[in-house]
Amino acid sequence: MQDTLANLKRGEKGIITDVSSTEIPLKLLEMGCLPGNEVELVQVAHHADPIYLNINGSHLAIRKETAVHILIEKVLHE
Amino acid sequence: MSKQINVALIGNPNTGKTSVFNALTGLNQKVGNYPGITVDKKQGVCKLARGIKAHIIDLPGTYSLNASSLDENVVIELLLNKNDKDFPDVAVVVTDVENLKRNLLIFTQIKDLEIPTLLVINMADRMSKKGISLDIETLEKELNTKIALISTRKNQGIDILKEYITNYRTLSTQACLNTVDIDKAYFESLQRAFPNQLLYKLWLVITQDVNFGKINRQEFKTVADFKTKRDADLKRLQQKETIKRYQFINNVLKKGQAIDLSQATDLRIKLDRILTHKVWGYVIFFMVLFLMFQAVYDWATYPSDLIDKGFASLADWVKSTLPPGAFTNLLADGVIAGIGGIVVFIPPIAFLFLFIALLEESGYMSRVVFLMDNVMRRFGLSGKSVVPLISGNACAVPAVMAARNIENWKERLITILVTPFTTCSARLPVYVIIIALVIPEGNFIGMSYKALTLMGLYVIGFVTAIFSAYILNKILKIKSKSYFVIEMPGYKLPLFKNVALAVFEKTKTFILEAGKIILAISIVLWVLASYGPGDNFSNAEAIVKTQNPLLSKIELEDKVAAHKLEHSYIGIVGKAIEPVIKPLGYDWKIGIGLVASFAAREVFVGTLATIYSVGSANDTEDEDTIKSKMAAEVHKNGEKVFTLASGISLLLFYAFAMQCMSTLAIVKRETNSWKWPILQLVFMSGIAYVAALIAFQFLK
Repeated sequence: MQDTLANLKRGEKGIITDVSSTEIPLKLLEMGCLPGNEVELVQVAHHADPIYLNINGSHLAIRKETAVHILIEKVLHE
Repeated sequence: MSKQINVALIGNPNTGKTSVFNALTGLNQKVGNYPGITVDKKQGVCKLARGIKAHIIDLPGTYSLNASSLDENVVIELLLNKNDKDFPDVAVVVTDVENLKRNLLIFTQIKDLEIPTLLVINMADRMSKKGISLDIETLEKELNTKIALISTRKNQGIDILKEYITNYRTLSTQACLNTVDIDKAYFESLQRAFPNQLLYKLWLVITQDVNFGKINRQEFKTVADFKTKRDADLKRLQQKETIKRYQFINNVLKKGQAIDLSQATDLRIKLDRILTHKVWGYVIFFMVLFLMFQAVYDWATYPSDLIDKGFASLADWVKSTLPPGAFTNLLADGVIAGIGGIVVFIPPIAFLFLFIALLEESGYMSRVVFLMDNVMRRFGLSGKSVVPLISGNACAVPAVMAARNIENWKERLITILVTPFTTCSARLPVYVIIIALVIPEGNFIGMSYKALTLMGLYVIGFVTAIFSAYILNKILKIKSKSYFVIEMPGYKLPLFKNVALAVFEKTKTFILEAGKIILAISIVLWVLASYGPGDNFSNAEAIVKTQNPLLSKIELEDKVAAHKLEHSYIGIVGKAIEPVIKPLGYDWKIGIGLVASFAAREVFVGTLATIYSVGSANDTEDEDTIKSKMAAEVHKNGEKVFTLASGISLLLFYAFAMQCMSTLAIVKRETNSWKWPILQLVFMSGIAYVAALIAFQFLK
């Protein structure tokens, strides 16, 4: 099921399927935010923004406004 | 043949690059600036075998050669300029064993520049805890380099690294990625246009917006014009390049790295559950802040008091040893008192730098940024503004520089503009002495009025910073593409050596810079106060005698000295501005202090000391401290100069006014325009004037 990273809940995982090239800074890609990589939502701050991610072992935090431009496919719990 | 090898340390932030630098150079290091910009340039010397020396540069941490900040520009400018005297013979890329994949990205980029490149895999001591095993031989083969597996914490592997550096000539310079593969048509045409250039280098010149003035222009003259594609297309190619690099890295790691997650114990998850918690996270952060202020304003008083006494006895000793006179007074009351006024602040400043270093080294600072981003954004700031706003309590200059990490220009600009409102340590000497003079004794719920006043001034500074940010956010019409990325590094026990060196370096710089200014200003003031134009100054004695024929000798001398000061150069300046500052409750002598303070506010106390001692011929014993001199100072009508009203007015003036040339200079550099520092100067000083005026008129 197609979704954006902004809709991931705490503890949920997904696979990045696409990143909007015009909206996402190169730096984020270089930090591992690339299609095909697994992403887990580790923690959310006050009002669920920013969000703290684990992308394939790379830990970083981004704001929701950036997360909506990253498409994912949710990995359902077994 | 030269026996010195130029070594550049390169790597992502949080890989322990600085620890490697410290391990290689020890105390043989110095921190300077790159010409024209204020990025720290850390260099050191390391002795290798056979009498060879390595000149080591610790380049700013960067995630890739695609630069997005001043700090990162430094890295690429150096690597593209073969003529730079620091151009590396060998690049040492430092990586963290836990983040090898991401850390290797920049390794592949540097290798593609065909610079001999060594790989350091740091924090090897954590491998077993994380269930990581590496096949170094395979990795060396796949990456075509030498790998030093080291642990700076356990002091392991440094000798092997040194050996590899010594033998750098044997390293292969074969590229990792064939640049043409990114986009065949585009890169082939680029190569045809510049057949003698390295393709990847050309690509960087096209895509990077760095200062090419320093990179031999002839060589690249027309390359920057070779933009046959729109920016959006270039960006797409950069993305493609990144993906290709990761494909290469994944391939390498598949062969040479195994991770057994069942073996991994993760402290990070447990700590983050509490430290970034929606409620506990904030509670803990405020407790840390409280502890920090407790250390800075309470624990630091003990060593500070000792230093204070030491300087007081030094001044006494100078006075009793040297022949009495104006010069001795300058030395004892101006220079020594002024320098002492700064040295006293070594303990609190060192404590503050210690806390900041601990917060950063441990990885906790990133959590604070994460926690505070949402709140700070409402005021037009970023979570990353927390670092400048906290550092601003030590000194605005490094604080303004720390704003560089903020990606969004508007948020960064607002942070730079409001940071000087936070109470820097240079305000402390002024606060402490005025509070001691005018705030009455007494307690309120366990805290003395004096301590409460001091705390109130800190709160005022911080609240004004936040409130100004809110206003600026509404006024400033800057459209800047906003994004926010911060790495959340693993938690680490800070290394003593790193923390100690950071505290030492920063404190030293602060003291030396402030000391220089105070010394210079004391001398200039003393000269201006000891000489004056015209009859009124040169014939002071005769004039005073005819006006007051009945005075005793001592009284006469005092009057003459006061008359001289009033008609000295500095007296004329002070008198000229007196009408402006009179409504604030200040006389012309304080006015001189204010004028001098616009260079650096910490000179205020020393300035008054210089003026008061030049202004009285007889330094009686009971007037040996600045404080008692200030307390004894009266207006012509006999009223005290320093009352509650004028004291509060002064405190507020110093809380708001922009009185620091260094900060203005750094803001000019960081914003690249005079507009913002001038705006700061006018507005902050305007607010200061109005606040002081209101306070004095209400309280008098």
